[in-house]
Amino acid sequence: MALSDRDRLLLAVLRDGLPLVARPYAAIAERLGWSEEEVLTRLGRLVEDQVIRRFGVVVRHRELGYRANAMTVWDVPDDAVGEAGRRLAALDFVTLCYRRPRRLPDWPYNLFAMIHGRDRAVVEELVEQATEAAGLAGRPRAVLFSRRRFKQRGADYGRRDAARQVPALAG
Amino acid sequence: MDTTLPCDALDRRLLDDFQRGFPLSARPFAVLADRLGVDEDTVIERLQRLQAKGAVSRIGAVVAPHSAGWSTLAALAVPDDRLEAVAEIVSDYPEVNHNYEREHRFNLWFVVTAEDAQSVRSVLADIARRTGLQPLDLPLLEPFHIDLGFPLQWR
Repeated sequence: MALSDRDRLLLAVLRDGLPLVARPYAAIAERLGWSEEEVLTRLGRLVEDQVIRRFGVVVRHRELGYRANAMTVWDVPDDAVGEAGRRLAALDFVTLCYRRPRRLPDWPYNLFAMIHGRDRAVVEELVEQATEAAGLAGRPRAVLFSRRRFKQRGADYGRRDAARQVPALAG
Repeated sequence: MDTTLPCDALDRRLLDDFQRGFPLSARPFAVLADRLGVDEDTVIERLQRLQAKGAVSRIGAVVAPHSAGWSTLAALAVPDDRLEAVAEIVSDYPEVNHNYEREHRFNLWFVVTAEDAQSVRSVLADIARRTGLQPLDLPLLEPFHIDLGFPLQWR
């Protein structure tokens, strides 16, 4: 679906999330010089068209006791990666699962899954479960536990130049 | 060291029940309040507190990959003694929204998101120039599962 400039601008302004005030969409609208109704209508359409896949509370797992997360990667033959990816995606502890390109010789892995757990031992066990469930036993694999988070915030999908022209929200 | 935030039942429901389908109506926090049996001000104050403590990153949108721009997952193999300095350079780009240290020879992993593929490549080229390190560029080829929220298991 093609996004209009106004959609992109709205997504850019939303990057840091809704302001926590009684009428947050009116606050966003004021920042853009739009009506509150346009903000709500556009957001509703973006959700309906599945451009916005999820709209809601984005939690920080680490602060909530999910101290371990591992980006787990496998090297899967190209003709088997679709089936393996769909099986991984069906597991409730897998939050992201993507196929990405190999970059040989440095990077031989083409299937990525993010696995969160309360501690390292739990995640290691979940990685084994995932490997088994996806039929990936014996495939080359790496488990990249996170050590430090340097930055986490919403993605800037929109027109940064345009977003800079609107004043920041107060507070 | 246990740094888990103390959360009461109301906090837990605020964190768990509204990860998707957040109300698109003029006073959304009043809708949450109704569902939780508290008043609107309480909901707003609790969310402000959860955000200040870091438990809530934001109330916002998770956008389908490549529907509203371009993004890639990138990685650098950074010598240990340069890691913090290089991480700071990378985090400084407004186009970088996630940046993590991970256990691997490729030890710095970050997501670059911009208006189009060319802009993303420019950021990677600029990072390569400033750090002297060549990033892996691993754009999404096929999504099997994107972030649709995460049921928290309280104990």
